[in-house]
Parts: sequence; C-alpha cells; structure tokens
Amino acid sequence: MAGHHEESFISKYIFSHDHKMISKQFLLTAIVMGVVAVLLSVLFRIQLGWPGEPSGFVHFFLGDRWAEGGIMDGEAYLALVTIHGTIMVFFVLTGGLSGTFSNLLIPLQIGARDMASGFLNMLSYWFFFTSSVIMLASLFITTGAASAGWTVYPPLSALPQAMPGSGLGMTLWLVSMVLFVASSLLGGLNYVVTVINLRTVGMKMTRLPLTIWAFLVTAILGVLSFPVLVSAVVLLIMDRSFGTAFYLSDIYIGGEALDVTGGSPLLFQHLFWFLGHPEVYIVLLPALGISSEIIATNARKPIFGYRAMVGSILAIGFLSFIVWGHHMYVTGMNPFLGAVFVFTTLLIAIPSAVKAFNYITTLWQGNIRMTPAMLFSIGLVSTFVTGGVTGIILADSALDINLHDTYFVVAHFHIVMGMSAIFGMLGGVYHWFPKMFGRMMNTKLGYAHFWITFVCAFGVFFPMHFVGLNGAPRRYYAYTEFPFLDATINLNELISVFAILGAIAQVLFLFNFFHSIFRGQKAVQNPWKGTTLEWTTPVEHIHGNWDGPIPEVHRWAYDYSRPDYDEDFVPQTVELRAGEEEPH
Amino acid sequence: MKLLILLVVVLGVVALAQLAKVYEHTRELRKTREEDISLADNKFNAFLWMAWMVVFFILSTYLIFKYGQTLPESASEHGVLLDKLLNFNWIIILLVFYFVNGLLFYFASKYYMTKDRKATFLAHDNKLEIIWTLVPSLVLIIVIIYGLMTWNDVTSKPAGDYAAGDYIKVEVTGEQWAWYVRYPGEDRVFGDVNVNAINETVQNNLGIVTQEGMDVIFDDLDATIHKTDSTLKADFNILPESKVSEMQESIYKMARRKQRLKDLRPHEEMGVSSWESGEDDVVLYKKALHLPVGVEAEFELRSKDVIHSVYMPHFRAQMNTVPGIPTRLKMTPTITSAEMRDRLDNPEFDYVLLCNKICGASHYNMWIPVIVETQAEYDAWMAEQTPFIVPPEVEEVEPETDGAELAVAESTNDNK
Repeated sequence: MAGHHEESFISKYIFSHDHKMISKQFLLTAIVMGVVAVLLSVLFRIQLGWPGEPSGFVHFFLGDRWAEGGIMDGEAYLALVTIHGTIMVFFVLTGGLSGTFSNLLIPLQIGARDMASGFLNMLSYWFFFTSSVIMLASLFITTGAASAGWTVYPPLSALPQAMPGSGLGMTLWLVSMVLFVASSLLGGLNYVVTVINLRTVGMKMTRLPLTIWAFLVTAILGVLSFPVLVSAVVLLIMDRSFGTAFYLSDIYIGGEALDVTGGSPLLFQHLFWFLGHPEVYIVLLPALGISSEIIATNARKPIFGYRAMVGSILAIGFLSFIVWGHHMYVTGMNPFLGAVFVFTTLLIAIPSAVKAFNYITTLWQGNIRMTPAMLFSIGLVSTFVTGGVTGIILADSALDINLHDTYFVVAHFHIVMGMSAIFGMLGGVYHWFPKMFGRMMNTKLGYAHFWITFVCAFGVFFPMHFVGLNGAPRRYYAYTEFPFLDATINLNELISVFAILGAIAQVLFLFNFFHSIFRGQKAVQNPWKGTTLEWTTPVEHIHGNWDGPIPEVHRWAYDYSRPDYDEDFVPQTVELRAGEEEPH
Repeated sequence: MKLLILLVVVLGVVALAQLAKVYEHTRELRKTREEDISLADNKFNAFLWMAWMVVFFILSTYLIFKYGQTLPESASEHGVLLDKLLNFNWIIILLVFYFVNGLLFYFASKYYMTKDRKATFLAHDNKLEIIWTLVPSLVLIIVIIYGLMTWNDVTSKPAGDYAAGDYIKVEVTGEQWAWYVRYPGEDRVFGDVNVNAINETVQNNLGIVTQEGMDVIFDDLDATIHKTDSTLKADFNILPESKVSEMQESIYKMARRKQRLKDLRPHEEMGVSSWESGEDDVVLYKKALHLPVGVEAEFELRSKDVIHSVYMPHFRAQMNTVPGIPTRLKMTPTITSAEMRDRLDNPEFDYVLLCNKICGASHYNMWIPVIVETQAEYDAWMAEQTPFIVPPEVEEVEPETDGAELAVAESTNDNK
C-alpha cells in the first residue's frame, strides 16, 4: 500500500492528504486561535475587574486607538467579546476539536488506511486555515472587528450606521464564516462517509468505540445544521450589501428612516439558532466521546452501559434540532411556541443524566490510573453536571425571563459547553499525544496544568452565576452605573483574578506540548494499554497506518479487567474464545 | 515596565526548560516511564480529589448563601410567582449538584490504582439504567408542568377590560441609546406611529401620526423635492457626476418616503381615530417611567433602530424590543419606590429599566429609573405632563415646552 514512496516537504507537511498530518494541522491552528481567544478574554476581564483603571497590559495590546491611556474603549470591549466568542465556539471547539480528533481517530479506530477522500480532507483544513486568517485579520482594521456579539443579531450587525464594528469588520466576519462552514461541511461529509463505509472486517456498528459514535453523530449534526447558518449569513450579506430587507423593517437610524419594510429580525434568530443549538452539541459530543474512551481506559473498566451511551448520544443529537427556540423566549416569539420549546429542551436532561450516571458507575470499583488525561475527563464530568443543572433553570421559560442575557447564562454555557469541551480536548491531547507525535508529554506538568486550570475554571465561572442572579446583563462594558450591582462589582474582581491565573497556567500546557514534541520521552506502541485499533499501529507514522494488512476486529472496545483473562485488557483484535460472548 | 514583563516571561520559560531538563535526567536515571503512574502519584491525586470536593462544596455553599439573593424581593405580582418557581428549581438542582458531584469526586478518590487488584468487570445493568432514566423523567415532568403553569400566568393577556379602566397601557421605545416612554393620554388610546412620520424638527421623535403632522411632512417633502429638482435641472451641466447621482438618489428616497406615508390609513379604536388619538399622548425622553402601584400595566414595546431589551430586574420582567415587530409584557407593581427605600433602608434606591440586548457602544449605559407611586401621586404627576401637540401651533408653542423638557432630559437621568 501507500507509504513507500518519497514525499516532498510540501506534500507531506503542507498540502498533506494524510489524516494524521491534517489532524496535527488542525490542532496547531486551534492552539494558536485558542491562545488569541484567551488573550482577548484576559483583556476584557481586566476591564471588568478594574473598570476605568489604566492598565499597561491593555495598552500594550490595544494601543492608543482602542485603549487611550490604558483604559479600554467601549467599542473595543464589544469587539473583544465578539471575537472571543466566535473564535472559541467555531475555531477552537468546532474546527479544532472535531478537526483534530475526528481526523486522527476515525481512520485509526475503525481500521481504515485514511479518510474516504484525502483531497476533500485537505481542502477542509485549508478552508479552515483561510477562514482563521480572515477572522484574525479583522482584528487589525481601523473600524474594528465585528462587535455585535458572536450571535451577530441584525439589525445591529446589518447596519454600519449602528456601530463601527458593523462595517468592514462584520463583512470579514461573514466571509470568514462562509469559508468556515465550507470547511465544516467538507470535513463532516468525509467523516460520515468514512465511518459508514471504511470500517475494517468485524467492526460492526455495535463494536465502534464511543469516540467514533460521538464523532459520527457530531458530523451528521454539522452536515444538517451548518447549511442553515450559511443561508442566514448569506441573507445577512444581501441585506448589508445589496439592498434587500430580509431582516430589516421600520428602522430609523442616523437621522433618517431607512427604506426597508417587511423584514423580520426574528427570522435571523430562528435561522441562527437552528444551527446554534446543534452547534452546542457539535462542540460537546466529541468531548463526551473522548472522555468515555479515556475514562474506560484509565479506570480499567468497560464503559458502563455502552448501548445506553450510544442511545443517549443519538437522543441528544436528535433533540438538539428541536430546541433552538429556548434562546428566544423573550424575543417576542409567541409564548405558546415558547412552551413547546420548554418541553423539548428539558427532555435533553434525560439522556444527559444517563450519561453522567454511566460515567460515575464506570468509575465505581475501578482501578483508576491518574493520568493527566484521566484528570481532565473526570473534570469534564463535573463541569458537565455542574453546568448542566443550571440549564434546567434556563430552559424554564418563566425563569428565563429574569435571567435571559444575564451573566447566569454566561456562567451556564461556559461551564457546560466551554469548560467541558476544552477539558475533553485537553484530555484528548494528553491521551493521544503519543499517537500524534510518537513521544510522551510530561506527566507532572500535566498534573500542575490540570489542577490549576480546574480550580481557576470554577473560580471564574461559578461566581458568575451570582453576578447573573444579581441582575447584571452580559456584554456590559462596565457595571459602575448602577448602585444595585455592588455584588457584581465585588465578584467581578474575584473572577478576573482567577481568569488571569487560569490564563497564565496555560503556559504550562503550551510549554509541555511544544517541548514534548521535540524532547519528550519516546513513546511505546500502546502506552495506556488500550484495546482500540489505534494502538496497534506503529509509533512512527506511515501513510496507510498499518504496515501489513489491516487488523480484523473480534470484540467490542471495552474489554478491560475481564475476570477470565490474565491481562487487564483484551485488544479488539483478539479473537473471542470458544463459547465467549460479548458482554453487551 | 514592558521590558520587565518581557524579562519575567523569558526567565520563566527558561526556568521551566531547565526544570524539565533536570526532571528528564532523573527520569532516565531511574528508568521510569511517563505512562507508569506511580502509586504515590495516584494517591496524591486521589487526595486532591477529596480535598477539592471539600473546598469546592464549602466555597460554593458560602457563595450561595452570601450572593444567592442579592436582588431585593420582587416588586411585582408575577415576580413573586417566578421567585417561588426559582426556589423550587434551586432545591432540585442543588440536590443533584451535591449528590452527583459528590459521588464523582468520592469514586475518583476512592478507587485509585493499586497494582495488586483488578477493577470490577461491570458492562451494564438494565435495572440501574432504567432507574436513572425514570427518576430524572419524573422529576422533569414536575418541573415542566410547574414551569409552564407559571409561564401561562405570566404571558397571558391582562385580566379585565381595558375600556373599563381595569389596567393601564404604557409604551416603551428603545433607540441607540435612550428610552422613550409614552402614555396614551386622556383618551387612553395610543396614536399610530410610523418611522416615516418621524420629524425631529418638531420633536416628533417617535413618529406619531396625525393629519396635521402628515400635512407638514408632505409640504416639506414636496418643497425639498422641488428645490432639489430645480437645482438639478438648472446646474445639471456644472455639477460633478457624484453630486448629480447623490441628488437623484435623495429625490428618489423622498418620493419613496412620501409614498409609504400615503399608504398609511387610520383605524378606529375605542371610538377614536388612531390619527387623532396621538395628540394627547404624553412622550418622555430619557426620563423616569412612572407607574401606579397595584395597577396592572401592559407594556407595548418598540424599537426605532436595533434590537434592545427592556429589563427590569427588580420586577423580574424582561422583553426584547424589535424594530418592525411590537412586543408586549404585563406586570403589576406591588411595592412603591418609597416603601422599597424604607425596606432596604436605602434612601438612594431606585428601580431601573435597563437595556439587556447588545446594541452598541453605550449599551451599558442605556437606562431610566422606574418610579412606582400611589395612584394619587401618579395622577398628580400625570396632570403635570405636557401632551404631545402637533402643528400648526408648533411654531409658537412647541419650542418652549420641548426646549425645557429636553434640557432637563439631557442633563441627567434622575429626573423624577
């Protein structure tokens, strides 16, 4: 098979068709984007923690244009939160997470030589790269980056008169987003086709590792929902540049009545959230898949309730398409429709609860090896539960009236989706680093990284609930105007301290990551004693993944600590003994 | 300063690199591998899970008690219902939060790896699965039913008959970055509004439609169109091309606006034409919203430009204002501002109405106070308000009153 011909530098490292290389490209791009997004958050946390106090740090990055005298400008603040959200949701947690791990693990874990289409896979990365570059470039234009919030609701985002960020910055945002969706669709189609068609002999759907199930459902969600975002974005581009009025009606701005009528701003919200809510699970499911794998491997136990886990992934995936209206309870949508969305939204709590309990039961009487990846995965279960329960409050339309768009929402989604997905991603990096780079990461630094990050994550986002309960709206540049928000101002300082500490702690990770690529201990073939197929490939990457024939699969992926075997794991390639039955 | 920071960062990375080197050497000497987690490390992390659980539970409980209820009690009827529902939900989710996190951290701590044993092989247990599918389902059914009953109460139409005076109507309109409040005046009916009828020169910033106002705008538009057109015809050869197209476009725009205004028709409401009922409307700009205590108020909400959101945290009330789509909310204030000041022992206290949907640079500062007072105080205050009166008297009357009103309005937000 392939792998025996010489490759040039360009075809090996840049325009590579090899899923393993593309996975590394996604990861590196996502890390760069992640660093930028964290930096942006530190900047606006400084403003929120110490409003009106000059900061050399802020001035260093924003300069006189956006922070005269070291005090951030109100418009710069909105641009920072907008781009922070956009980068984190799309570039780090969608492109970065799925792009890295779907690419790396789908062929390796199902026993395929590569993706169904290596060429589309390469295109997917380069669309992603171009879209990242455009998004970053929009930070450097004179009118400022897009500033209408990451949800870019029109008319604010549609009218350059409304704010400077809705000029060129918004155009770049929209163009970047179209390219991003193209990347996602190319990737997603590829993942679906690969999982359906290229499984090795014996790899029945019921033997797929949960990672693959999660990636498959994620890809299906993406393929079905991202086109809707494109339509929303294209209509917005039409409204901005070609005089249409899909989202505009009865507007008087800048001293004149615009010649628009009949459009509906709510239409954009419906289209946006029809993507936006599945998007939450596009971000979350891969992390849950990764953690299932890591928890089973390191607890040396089969994941509890494999079929229930698959069922809950499918249920979550299905339900995620019929809950988007819970973002719109107070937008003027018919209250009856709101009631329907309350019902469907709260249903999601059931498969989520099943997943949480199954994780915990997997830990019960396990033999838990505390690798950094395992710590992150246990942390993920905690953030998933802690952030999930506040979702029950927000899903309740009546309660959402007073909490909508407050910091309670910010706390909720940062914990349940942001932290969980980041923990899943970091756990995945620690766990599969030996597979990606052939070396080990430093465990002790990993511990330090995890514990500081974990404590800081709760230090940042837990108090935010109370900021929201205090009645503090999100996307406010300062809270100093309102005497009743005293509690908010106190808590904000605490939150900012944790945010800065948490950001600094990521240096431990960056150092560990880049240092280990070159200097880490050489990995052995199966360092974690895992059962899945990726650990049967050689440490040195070869095009085509396996030197000889692709191994055949004889059992499910979770035969850990079987009482009838001596070793505490039985790889999927080991044949069933006479009379042995699969345990699920 | 910058140099110093840079120096610290560089030194930090160098130190880290040196530490890593030392660590790698000892690892080589001891022949340990990264993936072999020592018993000491397993135990240490197990201890940290336990320690974290204790610290986390203590601190989160502390925060819940210290900051869980920083808003004063609800000052509206439906807000009391919402607070009850919220407390009910809190009890459920806190039980789940402590129980599930507790189990998780306890197991993570208890079952750390030791070499001499094997984990228990347990692939699935249908009974357990059914239990933790059914129990959350049952709890959620209660949450959903209770939540939706409250939602129905809160979003239903106001009780009673408006014509009979059972409740009042107030209109709030957002623009970047100010709030307008409009009361329907003596006839209790709002006049029609339309963005094309907005005429800033006569202070008709909401675009209240009246026959006289329309006439003024038509005269104005005709005159301007005529003037622009004659300039264009006379100077066509000497004007630069860009100027010509600009003027042509402005004529086109004015003609379109005129047409849109011509398409408007009045309708009859409570026996008054909607083009006449606007004349006695009371319009406030950047001024406090006044409400009588104990009377249900139905808010009609509009926006002139982008989406804003009327958010009154003390009344647990919120609804977006959407350009082109009027929205509504209802509430009954139950505690007057004076009484709330007494209860909180804070003479400075004011209810607020603030914007809660990102709307541009001054989003964070777009608010007005809300004053809840007794019916008598409210009536007395209302009697002092100037009704909206449109031309022909505009030349003589309007500038004085509006000038005075504007000066006050622009100076501060705390006009009572």
